[in-house]
Amino acid sequence: MRTYLHPQLKIPVTRADHAQGPEDAPITVVEYGDYQCPYCGQAYPIVKRLQKALGDKLRFVFRNFPLSQIHPDALEAAKVAEAAAHQGKFWELHDALYEDQDNLHMDGLLFKAEDAGLHLDRLNKDWASSAIEERISNDFEGGLRSGVNGTPTFFVNGERYDGDWSYGPFLEYLQGLLEK
Amino acid sequence: MTILQPGAKAPDFSLPSTPDQKVSLSEFRGRNVILVFYPADWSPVCGDQLALYNEILPIFHKHNAEMIAISVDGVWCHLAYSHDRKYRITLLSDFEPKGAVAKAYGAFREAEGTSERALFLIDAEGVVRWSYLSPVGVNPGADGILEALESLASSQTSEK
Repeated sequence: MRTYLHPQLKIPVTRADHAQGPEDAPITVVEYGDYQCPYCGQAYPIVKRLQKALGDKLRFVFRNFPLSQIHPDALEAAKVAEAAAHQGKFWELHDALYEDQDNLHMDGLLFKAEDAGLHLDRLNKDWASSAIEERISNDFEGGLRSGVNGTPTFFVNGERYDGDWSYGPFLEYLQGLLEK
Repeated sequence: MTILQPGAKAPDFSLPSTPDQKVSLSEFRGRNVILVFYPADWSPVCGDQLALYNEILPIFHKHNAEMIAISVDGVWCHLAYSHDRKYRITLLSDFEPKGAVAKAYGAFREAEGTSERALFLIDAEGVVRWSYLSPVGVNPGADGILEALESLASSQTSEK
């Protein structure tokens, strides 16, 4: 019988990543997500609850994996969040997008940007920049190489997590790692 | 049953893609073919798997590779499924005699009556160059396919 090896995260987490939680946290969860994906929308509050439950034991990293063929607004939404990062407001936009996935059309995105207090001139310039497009496609390609197979895909301490990511089972799994 | 291994000649087949059209493997001679066996239309894991491949078809095309996905579902089921998901991948129906092509590739699950979740890279001469059997409940992603395409490209460059 062949043993099954979980795919490994090929692109290590660096300071260039969007991360919440301490760098030396014992657990790092990396999510590859798509802002228009309903399953990522379901995962969003679960991740928030995990962060609350695990506190500084958990570092959470978000990377882009927009499936534009099935989610036509996902790429622009990802761009707006990345452009917000240039003004230090990545997580504000990340959260606003997941909290209101029904309004990811252009006006919805602009409204969220305004609401977060972003400077719109700067935002529009960054939004259209090739740097942001590259960052998103680098996230995507790195994800493909690491075995991202849909959205959301989670990596826990560098290994793809193929288990149940609903709150109870995911928390139990992560707590199990802390006890090791 | 083990799946066909690298070096094997890929068995030719001709299966319906629509009620009145058939697609044969031999039509793709001269191009690489990524053959995807999956257990069933509509099941959530396959959905993700094909959605991912659908998204990155341009990357496969850059490697001179076409993708064909095969399950034992009927053509009408395939049509409804690819219409609903807006897939551009060719879905073929290994319906009658059921699973015959999956069996030829060693990728049929007798107990369930469905194909395995298996991937094959077939080169331009119709030879299997890479194959992978995934646990049936696990979406294998695209990393293995991309690595296989790259190593195929580099071996072809070195042969020249």
